[in-house]
This record gives sequence, structure tokens and C-alpha cells, in this order.
Amino acid sequence: MNQSVFRLTLPILFGYIPLGMAFGVLFSTQLDYPWWAAPLMGLLIYAGAGQILAVSLLAVGAGMLEVFVAMFVLNARHLFYGLSLLGQFRGAGWRKAYLIFGLTDETYSLLTSRRRGPDRQHEQELDFRITGFNQCYWVIGCTIGALLGDNLAFDSTGIEFALVALFIVLTIEQYKALNDGFPIWAGAASAGIAMLLLSPAHQLIGAIVIVTAVLLLHYRRLRDTNGKEGTSHG
Amino acid sequence: MADLPYLLSFIAVAAAATFATRVIPFVFFERHTEHPLIKHLGRYLPAAVMALLATVFLTRSGDWNATPPGIDALLPGLLVVAIHLWRRNALLSIAAGTAAYMAIQQTGFL
Repeated sequence: MNQSVFRLTLPILFGYIPLGMAFGVLFSTQLDYPWWAAPLMGLLIYAGAGQILAVSLLAVGAGMLEVFVAMFVLNARHLFYGLSLLGQFRGAGWRKAYLIFGLTDETYSLLTSRRRGPDRQHEQELDFRITGFNQCYWVIGCTIGALLGDNLAFDSTGIEFALVALFIVLTIEQYKALNDGFPIWAGAASAGIAMLLLSPAHQLIGAIVIVTAVLLLHYRRLRDTNGKEGTSHG
Repeated sequence: MADLPYLLSFIAVAAAATFATRVIPFVFFERHTEHPLIKHLGRYLPAAVMALLATVFLTRSGDWNATPPGIDALLPGLLVVAIHLWRRNALLSIAAGTAAYMAIQQTGFL
């Protein structure tokens, strides 16, 4: 089981180790705190962009309210991820809290894209291990980065493209599973609109709000046409 | 500047804010799992979010002042699509695209 989980999460490993390292290097070169705080943040906060923002908040000694609001707003897109996992996580017992805690962009992508068998408990155990493996990669990256600081020898420039490639692959897989291009085009168009109108910090949440609104309209239109068919047949 | 109490409360607050964004839908919508709207979002939102993440991060990976704009990211992106449609092997597609992107960025060849 662990072997198949490792294979499934390998693209995340290639993304999370270098990104975690980038955070660790940033943390140890910008701040005067002990190195172990970087992996501790990976363990307890576990959010890529959030932790990088945290470095700049720590550098200016931001107040606690400011920290809460900034982190909440930056991660607000996660509010929408749970909506498509309510059923999938139901009855997961003690694992559920960790499944929810570990719901990063990449874990969400894997959990909603992979093929699932009929055995619920087994599938939830797999979801749990995928989440755990991903967080391990992230914490390892944070640790290495914080310990190395400036002394990085290997030129890994561009390796973080693994995550972009992962999102592209998963988009294709989602398209094949749904056999419906509508959500794909709606998602890409919302991203385009958000990037034209919003500053980089607000683009992801902006795009998710737009595409959720589009899907709500899509739902209403489907419901209305189904309702009309229902009456004409009845 | 090693103010440990500040650092530890900072981490606690940041962790609470991040977890809040992830747990809120489960707290407020748990009873509505069977609602047709929730089912609709469950069916279509992942595909839309994936396309959106791919679009945003692909755009951010590119240099849009180059000629032609963004070619350094679009070319490896197209390579991922082509190889994935051809072999449908996720690791192969990702490895090929990443290697191409790294080569382009490190050699400055485009």
C-alpha cells in the first residue's frame, strides 16, 4: 500500500521538497529565530504560500490579529475545497481531523482526481496516507532549507515546475473522468479574468469565487431545464 | 531578536487561521452532503479548480516580456499535455515537462 501511495505522491515530492527548502532558506536567512522553527511551522501550519507570507509577517513583528486575518485571507480558497470532500471524508473517524488539516492545493488535487474503489474504509486509509506522505515531504524540505541556509550547492532552479505539470496532468485526468469540458473552460477563464483584474495575492481566491458563482448559475440552469422537461412530460 | 514566546504564539495563531479555512465547510455543510447543489459542486468544482490552478501557476512560471511572451513556460506546458495524451503516464509527463522547464530556465536558451 505504501509503495502505491509513494508512486502516487512522487510528483508532490518533487514539488514540495524544493518549495519547502525555498521557505526554509528564506526563513533562516531573513530571520533571527532558531532553525527548528521552520520545520515546526511546516508541521503545524502546513501551507506553502502561507508560510512564505509568515516570514514577512515575522520580520515586521506583526500583531496577532493581523497575523490571523492575513493567513485566513491568503488561505481562503481552502474554504471551497471541503465542499467537494464532505461525502468522501464522512465516517473517516479519527483520521478525519488530519485529512482536513492536511488539505493543501496539491493534496486536494490528488484526493479528488484519483480513481476510487468501492471499499470506503480502505480508500479513506489511502487518503490518510497520501496526506501524511505529502506533509512529510514538505517538512523534510523545510528542514533541509533551514539547515542549509545560503549554502545550497545543487542548481534546482525551475524544479518547482513539477507542481504546475501536476496540475496540468490532473486537469486532463479530470476532463477524461467527467467527459465534460465545461468546468475546465470555466476554471481557466476565471483564472484569466482574475489575473487581469486582481493583484497576485488575490488572484487564486478571486478565480475560485468567480468559478463557484459560474457553477451556481450552471446548477440553476440545469435545474430549470430539468424542471421544464419534468412538467412537459408530466 | 529571538523572542520565543512571540514566535510560538505567532505559529499557534497562523496554524489556527489556516486550519479554520480548511475545517469551516465541514462544520457548516456536513448535514447537507446530499443536497443537489453540494453534489453539483462536488462533481464539477475539482475539475474547475484544477484548470484554474494550472492556468495561474503556468502563467506565473513564464516570462511575459520575452518574445514570444511566456514561451519558456508554455512550451514545457504543451510538452506535458502532449506526452500525457500520448502515454497517459502521470510521472513521465511531469518529469519530462519539469526537465524541459529546468533546462530552459538554467540555460536561458529561449
